[in-house]
Amino acid sequence: MSNKITLTIDGTEIEASENATIQQVLESINKPAPIICAHEVTTSEGLCRQCVVEVEGWRVLAPACVTKVNPGMVIFTDSEKVNRSRRTILEMLNASVDLSESPELQSQMDEFGADRERFPQAKTRQQDVKDDNPFFVRDYEKCLMCWRCVQACGDDIQYTYSISVGGRGFESKISTFFDTPMPETTCVFCGNCVAVCPTNALKSKTEFFMDQGLDYDAIRREKRAEKKKMGGGK
Amino acid sequence: MIHSEKSIRSTCPYCGVGCQIDLQIKDEKIFRVDAPFGVAPNFGRLCTKGRFGTDYVHHPSRLKNPLIRKDIGTKPRKPIGMGGFREATWDEALDLAAEKFTEIVQQKGGDAIGTFCSAKATNEDNYLFQKFVRGVIGTNNVDHCARLCHAASVAGLQIALGTSAMSNSIAEMKDLDVFIVVGSNTSETHPVISTFLREAVVKNGAKLIVVDPRQIEMTQFATRWLRQKPGTDVVVFQAMAQVIIEEKLYDEAFIRERVEGFDDYAASIQESTPEWAEEISGTPADEIRAAARLYAKAEKAAIYWGMGISQSVHGTDNALSLANLALLTGNLGKAGTGLNPLRGQNNVQGCSDSGGLPAVFPGYQSVTDPAIKAKFELDWGVPLNPEAGLTTMEMVDAAEKGAITGYYVMGENPMMSEPDLRHARHVMEELDFVLVQDIFMNETGEYADIILPATSFAEKDGTFTNSDRRVQLIRDAVPAPGDARDDWEIISDLAQRVEKKLGREKSAGFVFDSPSAIWDEMARLTPEFQGITHARIVKEDGVHWPCPTPDHPGTPFLFADTFPSGKGKLTPLNYRSSLELPDDEYPLLLSTGRVLYHWHGGTMTRRSKLDDIYPDPTVEVHPKDAKPLSIEAGDWIKVRSRRGEIKVKALITKRSRPGMVFIPMHFAEAAANELTLDARDPQAKIPDYKVAAVVIEKS
Repeated sequence: MSNKITLTIDGTEIEASENATIQQVLESINKPAPIICAHEVTTSEGLCRQCVVEVEGWRVLAPACVTKVNPGMVIFTDSEKVNRSRRTILEMLNASVDLSESPELQSQMDEFGADRERFPQAKTRQQDVKDDNPFFVRDYEKCLMCWRCVQACGDDIQYTYSISVGGRGFESKISTFFDTPMPETTCVFCGNCVAVCPTNALKSKTEFFMDQGLDYDAIRREKRAEKKKMGGGK
Repeated sequence: MIHSEKSIRSTCPYCGVGCQIDLQIKDEKIFRVDAPFGVAPNFGRLCTKGRFGTDYVHHPSRLKNPLIRKDIGTKPRKPIGMGGFREATWDEALDLAAEKFTEIVQQKGGDAIGTFCSAKATNEDNYLFQKFVRGVIGTNNVDHCARLCHAASVAGLQIALGTSAMSNSIAEMKDLDVFIVVGSNTSETHPVISTFLREAVVKNGAKLIVVDPRQIEMTQFATRWLRQKPGTDVVVFQAMAQVIIEEKLYDEAFIRERVEGFDDYAASIQESTPEWAEEISGTPADEIRAAARLYAKAEKAAIYWGMGISQSVHGTDNALSLANLALLTGNLGKAGTGLNPLRGQNNVQGCSDSGGLPAVFPGYQSVTDPAIKAKFELDWGVPLNPEAGLTTMEMVDAAEKGAITGYYVMGENPMMSEPDLRHARHVMEELDFVLVQDIFMNETGEYADIILPATSFAEKDGTFTNSDRRVQLIRDAVPAPGDARDDWEIISDLAQRVEKKLGREKSAGFVFDSPSAIWDEMARLTPEFQGITHARIVKEDGVHWPCPTPDHPGTPFLFADTFPSGKGKLTPLNYRSSLELPDDEYPLLLSTGRVLYHWHGGTMTRRSKLDDIYPDPTVEVHPKDAKPLSIEAGDWIKVRSRRGEIKVKALITKRSRPGMVFIPMHFAEAAANELTLDARDPQAKIPDYKVAAVVIEKS
């Protein structure tokens, strides 16, 4: 057992273990900070800053997912500074990324009163859907670069390492080595990346076809035609 | 964006890992498979088959009505497609099947019927199946494909420890110190287990020793890779044991308290030096020494194995050579150790547990033990056959001699999985009656007189038992196609009709209102299951047997205090070479196995989108063997053995050594078992699928 410390969250004194992160303590009192990049099976990297909280005496907001608690810490999870930050992150993400298929982020935008039209001139991440394998499609205009898929493919689940981050700045994107099609990479199509994607940027092909109004039998016909075109099978 | 109408928790129908899945349903179809993150054994992880491969459930070729062969009674029977059958009502099909079975039982006795239950069906289906076979037909001729996969592991572990299951749990894998993976292409055959093993290496610094002739993916995570020649496993492990004894690396206290036969065993392996092993196996002596030290000096060390150990003419010896290592070093009875055969099918463990074997009732209770027989006779209220039945391949032999004239095959495809298929087909042609019960038409169904359409895993309730003895639920999630019925319902209906036709005064008891009630009957008769009910599994997600009482927590690892046989037994072994080795006429060694995207006989995966990425039968050929024959990647080539010939697509790869080719077993149009030979381990009766001699040529 690790030692216990005491800290104050929104005016209430809380006992916590000294190795815990702020988010773990918030979860223990049933008050988790909203998250985007964090996931229960991937390693938190503090990328999205959506889980930030205000710590008394600190110059900047602290990401709850990776910040360890200290004795006597005084934390505010619902201050104007915190809420403005969370709201702005959502507004900026929504301006450049297609979040229409992320119910979680839609409800966060409602919760924090985000203005969905705040940055109408923003450059979007618009691009074509990558459809290069029988199992899932990659629709990167829905990708907000949370890294969960990269982590799932790597040291958090699969140890297969077929995807990574390519490019710089706004142009950076999730990619395979030299952007080669998935079947030519080490990918084993476990779909553990699809399972942790928060925005449906990664989507099973069945759902992709169903979105287009095809039912199960039509999908089968479609795929058979596709296979024939590619010269595979009998 | 597609919204799920309901989410149904179930168990993956593919391998023995037993991943927990949430089937997402819309318009009565599974459109996505999720996995719950907080739940054992897979904790949210899935592989490509579990995640994307359950679409076979909705394939248009699912069997929807009972079918009767149009030329029923004509001999020799020929394999026919759907066109050779006519649709029938359940009443007609079941009455006819009951009549045929009754005829055989009355004229020739119950032992003239051979039956195959199913490692894909539930525990409840299999319990009822063997109850019908033993209690109504009156024979113990019931077996299933475990005979063709881990029979040798079971035989070896029975001799060494008196048990037959994986000793430790999947949940312990992350915390291993040292572990050996032998004869298991884990990342393709048990992909989710392979992620936990890799986690042990990458995150926790565990040391992995891979023993495999092929450069499988797991070698990339290995500290040591011993590349033995196929069929020489015993030699490598004997030499490791020799090093452990010579360098006194064994666990003296453990041996004193819990092991017998040490002196004889130590004397027997004096000559089995690493140098001797190098000569036979091609594995460098120094590597063998290093591996032995690594394994023996570890605080905790586990062994995992697959078909490379068991599917061999000396499979039992292979398993024993591993048991010897664990017993010498005391690597049993605590977390992170153990002897762990990785089970292949979703419910191959459970099918064996439920009595789907010729010599035992549920819970491995011997059919020849008078007290146990009396217990079952009292409960079922019918007399039982005191003789052990025949194994899968012995049933084929008996059919060839005319001693067996009727087959009942539930959810298995022996016409793909038996070795030497040409021979197996010949036997099938001469049978008087064949009843097949399945979800699809397959190579075995083509020989049936009657085919009964069954529901798939997504359309019924019941339990599967995974590789680490965890009993888990499957649930009815989507409607069955056409008139398909649950296996247990079909058996129950058929059994009552046969009882009536045989004029039995008293029924053995086939009236159940649910699979849960069937489980309760089995648990009542099986001490290890007595603490498990469906209701308890709902609450706890899964329970590891043995679990003798309702307040018992279940048993994730075995042998903490003792072995079922009392003391563990060290067994002296002799190396025997494989029966058919390459020669001038057939210069290449053939090994068979699985690939990631397909499953066994292919009945399911060939009807799934998995087939889109791996559509053709293949052979792995080393560039040194391909070049003189001008074979290039993608060429269709002929592979021939003394038994048969198939046409497959060449993959040029250095995965295997020169002189060895590898063919996956999933493709009916080029079945690897046309080539394999029917040579069996003398104890386990398991055929050797891993060593045969072949020749390749450009076609």
